[in-house]
Amino acid sequence: MQLTSFSFKSNVRRKLIDPLLQRNMKRFGGRFVEARAAVMTEVDNLETIRVAAAAIRDRSLANLDSYLLAFEEQALARGSRVHWAETAQDVNRILIEIAQSNGVKKIVKSKSMVSEESGLNDAVEAAGIQAIETDLGEYILQLAHEPPSHIIAPAIHKSLEEVAALFSENHHTPRQTDIPALCREAREQLRPHFLSAEMGISGGNFLIAETGSVVIVTNEGNGRMVTTLPRIHVTITGIEKVLPTLNDFSVIVRLLTRSATGQSITNYVSMLTGPRQEGDLDGPEQSHIILVDSGRSRLLGTEMQKALRCIRCGACMNHCPVYQNIGGHAYGWVYPGPIGAILTPSYVGLKNALDLPQASTLCGACQVVCPVKIPLPELMRVLREKSFEQGLRPWHERLSIRLWRGVANRPHLYALMTQMGVRVLSLLGGKKKLLHHLPGLDGWTDGRDMPAPQGKTFRELYRKRRS
Amino acid sequence: MRVGLFVTCLVDMMRPRIGFATLKLLENAGCEVAVPPNQTCCGQPGFNSGDRESGRVMARRFLADFESFDYVVAPSGSCTGMIRSHYGELFPDDTALQHRLNALSQRTFELTDFLVTVLKVERLDSSFQGTITYHDSCSGLRELNVKHQPRQLMEQVTGAQLHEMSKPELCCGFGGTFSIKLGEIATRMADNKCQDALATKADAIVGGDLGCLLNIEGRLRRLGDDTTQVLHVAEVLAGPELGQV
Ligand code: SF4
Repeated sequence: MQLTSFSFKSNVRRKLIDPLLQRNMKRFGGRFVEARAAVMTEVDNLETIRVAAAAIRDRSLANLDSYLLAFEEQALARGSRVHWAETAQDVNRILIEIAQSNGVKKIVKSKSMVSEESGLNDAVEAAGIQAIETDLGEYILQLAHEPPSHIIAPAIHKSLEEVAALFSENHHTPRQTDIPALCREAREQLRPHFLSAEMGISGGNFLIAETGSVVIVTNEGNGRMVTTLPRIHVTITGIEKVLPTLNDFSVIVRLLTRSATGQSITNYVSMLTGPRQEGDLDGPEQSHIILVDSGRSRLLGTEMQKALRCIRCGACMNHCPVYQNIGGHAYGWVYPGPIGAILTPSYVGLKNALDLPQASTLCGACQVVCPVKIPLPELMRVLREKSFEQGLRPWHERLSIRLWRGVANRPHLYALMTQMGVRVLSLLGGKKKLLHHLPGLDGWTDGRDMPAPQGKTFRELYRKRRS
Repeated sequence: MRVGLFVTCLVDMMRPRIGFATLKLLENAGCEVAVPPNQTCCGQPGFNSGDRESGRVMARRFLADFESFDYVVAPSGSCTGMIRSHYGELFPDDTALQHRLNALSQRTFELTDFLVTVLKVERLDSSFQGTITYHDSCSGLRELNVKHQPRQLMEQVTGAQLHEMSKPELCCGFGGTFSIKLGEIATRMADNKCQDALATKADAIVGGDLGCLLNIEGRLRRLGDDTTQVLHVAEVLAGPELGQV
């Protein structure tokens, strides 16, 4: 996917004044938040399950190499073929090789965020193969030529009206007015593709080491069609998605669907274990699994490893007040919101996404809801430390931090400077005691006044009162 | 009981009366309060901007200034959160220092939490004329579980009536240096907070962290609202007479 994270600030500026986006984000507003809160009341030991889920993910990551090899062994035994992709380019190359050696002309895809990382669709098209997104949200975005803006609801930034217009223009059909009619229309458009495609590509929510299964958790039936109808099924997923056992999955899934959409369980939970076996009525002839590293293993063994616990539920972005205001596109890559602010710099390089770890008040709303207890604010702070240490932040920012540190560590100097400072600012504040403009602090005063200080410092007044 | 008052740099510079209100509340509750004269800042601005050294420098200073007290109290959930959640992890190689910082952190409290949890204050001689809507600042709420404490105390203030906004726990957009670095997002978040608060028709927006209050007040005034008061919870609890300030 085209990276624009380096221009985060100008992305934000555009999004904040985009009336359509603002309206759509407001409408979407707290829907997932409310649904999650409501459904969590069913779980009487939520905190215990979260602790268990985090421990399961930590165990998977601590022994990632052995679980991956175990997964490969089991998957091979069940007739799947396992491919290891070290980089995003490798993903595209491997996929195109599989397609070309099997004479594939058309691919149907269900949702795979990992395939967005490598810009798979463009690469496939360039190789002369047609790729059709069949997840409703992704299908809408393919028609609109836009990237996803949310990891579980990729077209959340679009309104019903926009989708209706898009469909009628692309399908040359009369404009629909309700969601069921739009779904029906999409289904009618997609059905022939399901039947004629030679290859289906899906993501994978989890890989089960003990059985070699790929698990897909979804609400749309397209997932089953993509993975069973075409001759060849390819799963593309990240190496961190492995879970040791089915038992582990049963713990995690209780949190995943509730955290994501606020459902006790999704419409479909599919476990795919190899291609069609003898006696099976359906299923693909070939099952391929592409395991993608693309920056993930770099986080292992570092303080950033906890980010790999992520089960992609989207709760952190749903609850993030920054995401709620700017939407997902502003983040400029595949993963938005708090987890995106951590993964993007980690995968594409800190200097290419310098503002993302700063794009948080560290309010902690994400950490409170994360089902696998990822300390998201802490990880953003770690990335801020890296930026600071590597001298990537603007010189005036680094200078002012060092200055403040120096002054605050010298009480007499601090007293002198603050006493002078507050006097001047208090005078500048005038009768209304407001500063409308402060040089160097335009970031604040462009949108807000700065209430002026009272005029004397507490320490000064306290000393006088004592004497 | 000897209590060290950690005023915080923002209160020291911008709103000394919050410091005096805190002092009054603690003294009225029977504490022997001292204000170590060398205190400055908790180090959070630098620490949250990625300069760990800022945290370390200020943690050492804090220890030197406050270790001798039975308790330390600050009129800020955010500075208390910094001390409680982070000072202990700043010196992974010096267990003795870590130990001392952890011990001191555990004796460090946010003002309303201290009044309710430690002092068990059940009666305040104070009054406030008007309706109040309370903003839960993030660090206090999520790092220290400050939620019922300020509300419980405001119930004891004669005349104060609480009208909750629809999302009191939603961040106001301050976030320390975030409010300058990403000012446009911060302004929009402050806007949302102001609208939510104004919808309650409260006479005053009250909170426990001056940073958030400056952010909210700054946006309110820029929008032309000169009448809605923005107050620190200590000011409401201590009442209008604050002596010479
Ligand atoms: S970081 Fe946590 S809350 Fe965010 S998507 Fe991942 S698992 Fe969900």
